[in-house]
Amino acid sequence: MSGAEFVPLSLTPLLIGMFAAVACALPGNFLVLRRQALIGDAISHVVLPGIVVAFLVTGVVAAAPMLLGAAVAAILSVVMIEAIRRLGGIEPGAAMGLTFTTLFAAGVLLLEQSDTSGVHLDVEHALYGNLESLIWLDAIGWQSLVDASALAELPVELFRVAAALVGVCAFLWVFWRPLVLSTFDEGFARTLGVRTGSVGLALVIVAAVAAVAAFDAVGSIIVIAMFICPPAAARLMTNRLNMQLGWSVVFAVLSAVLGYVFAGFGPLWFGFDNAVSAAGMIATVSGVILGLSALFGPCRKRLGAPVV
Amino acid sequence: MLWDALTLQLGYNATLVTIGAALLGVSAGVTGTFLYLRKRALVSDAISHATLPGVALAFIVMVVLGADGRSLPGLLLGAAVSSWIGLLCVNWLTARTRLAEDAAIGAVLSVFFGFGIVLLTVIQTMTAGRAAGLEGFLLGSTAGMLFNDAVVIAVGGAVTLALVVALRRPMGLVAFDPEFAASSGVNVRRIDLAIMGLALAVTVVGLKVVGLVLIVAMLIIPPVTARFWTDRTDKMAMISGICGGAAAWVGAAVSATAPSLPTGPIIVLTSFALFALSLLLAPNRGLLAVGVRHRRFQRRVHMRQGLLALAQGQPIFERFTLTLLRRAGLAHADGVATDDGKARAAKALRDETRWQVVRADQAFESAAALYDGLRDIETVLTNDQIAEIDRRIGSPKGVAT
Repeated sequence: MSGAEFVPLSLTPLLIGMFAAVACALPGNFLVLRRQALIGDAISHVVLPGIVVAFLVTGVVAAAPMLLGAAVAAILSVVMIEAIRRLGGIEPGAAMGLTFTTLFAAGVLLLEQSDTSGVHLDVEHALYGNLESLIWLDAIGWQSLVDASALAELPVELFRVAAALVGVCAFLWVFWRPLVLSTFDEGFARTLGVRTGSVGLALVIVAAVAAVAAFDAVGSIIVIAMFICPPAAARLMTNRLNMQLGWSVVFAVLSAVLGYVFAGFGPLWFGFDNAVSAAGMIATVSGVILGLSALFGPCRKRLGAPVV
Repeated sequence: MLWDALTLQLGYNATLVTIGAALLGVSAGVTGTFLYLRKRALVSDAISHATLPGVALAFIVMVVLGADGRSLPGLLLGAAVSSWIGLLCVNWLTARTRLAEDAAIGAVLSVFFGFGIVLLTVIQTMTAGRAAGLEGFLLGSTAGMLFNDAVVIAVGGAVTLALVVALRRPMGLVAFDPEFAASSGVNVRRIDLAIMGLALAVTVVGLKVVGLVLIVAMLIIPPVTARFWTDRTDKMAMISGICGGAAAWVGAAVSATAPSLPTGPIIVLTSFALFALSLLLAPNRGLLAVGVRHRRFQRRVHMRQGLLALAQGQPIFERFTLTLLRRAGLAHADGVATDDGKARAAKALRDETRWQVVRADQAFESAAALYDGLRDIETVLTNDQIAEIDRRIGSPKGVAT
């Protein structure tokens, strides 16, 4: 495929997919280790009511208020889960399921009740995203990468996801020590003066920000899959946290690239002429990777588990 | 209109859907109870998302075979098969790898759902237009439901409910104490699978009504609501079933009145309203009851401290204590005891001394264990015992004035 075709049509979706996957996979490592993996699931469900409310308040489909609404909804849901868990004495899983289904239901109902026929805002879009449509129309080939006027027309989602990725990396780099300590040994971390509660909350907020930024570009399915599958697969490959983060980045990038390519060109190989959903395919590929590492990964067994 | 819908006056199909939804709600509530007690509520999330590829594949297969792709029983069969595979994947990942159950649930739900979406896009390109009904499985749609579909849902709901009722004993046993259940001859693995299988049946039957994103709520919210009202399994299952049935009835009826009121969200929000009411008002575990209990406890502590301070002639600085004493007519506004107050204070001090004797004497060990500073000694010891203690302390002396 020539640059004239690749750069405008495939380069930006690929980059956005990769950035979104890595931005979700990095905090996902800690969520998986802390047994909070389903927080990603909850967040990606409650993003919908946040976006709908933002739309109803402002009346326009603009990125800034919607991202803000989604972030507020995500944080609100975390607070609500914690409140229901503590006040009602309910186990965390049930509290989480209760919260996100209720908020999602409220979002769907608001969406159906309000007059959104004139704008592009629907549940299916929120679930699948539209990675394929994030193309760079002004590019004419590889030379556009150094052309300032063409670069100015890059899809804005690219910058947003890239910013989220940088933010996630910065958070992990700055808070690495307290984060690792409180993940592996909360009691020990507390004796060293680490505020484990705040660290946990900060991690969830960072995950929410990454989820919202990625959601905007690629839909909630990739977000949930990337929070869990690459880190879980990486967990089966190694016993060291650094290595696990590395593996998860590799798996995330691999899922994004392979998923995008299979979705775009896979059907052609089988004689169909239409592409399938890239978001769904990326999630599927990440699942295949997880399956392979669960079958063949060197550290797949629990330590001390009986040999079968 | 709403009243007509609630009392089943809106035509044959709407009536059938409402009844079917209510049956489904009851069986979801009862099944969910055991799921919740087994602490596996979120497994249902994986099950429900894993239905999507099955629905899509069933559609493709039926179209390829030349049948009508939208036949509900066929689609539900596909959904059941793929969510069963999803369930086995969750179990396999948790049992055979070091991954925790939550990671396994999340992985299965996202991957199956993603694959389902891939298949949906395949269907869209394959037979444009004829697939229009499949999106209804995401959020549920009862509008324009065919008579046959409504029958499938009503019968499915009824059968699930019958199975749950038949299996409730062993399921309760396994949920509370798997080891005891195993030792008394119950096959724990098989009952666990039965709980999951019933959850799966509820999910599959409910797909068309509530949609796969929200069906989890029918399995989770009613048991959580019921937990506030009782500590007994059979009662909890019953209350949970009633809550689930009522929410589903109201949801299906309300949504039949207008096209812009989708069934699933209304059912979920009704359930949540019941939950919120229970969270506030339930006796014993509700927030209101907890608040009242705390307040009452606080009063007793303040009263006791105030009386002891009066008895020992110490000044009272705590404003709440003073207010309590004054309201009870035991002290004046300046903190000086009334005659009533002096008598009660002397009694409080004497009781405190009696307690000290009780706690120092091995013979009263079982009574001493009940000491918490607030219990009246008359509720613990007999009059004879108190008289015996008083003999050791000596007779009452007047309070210094």
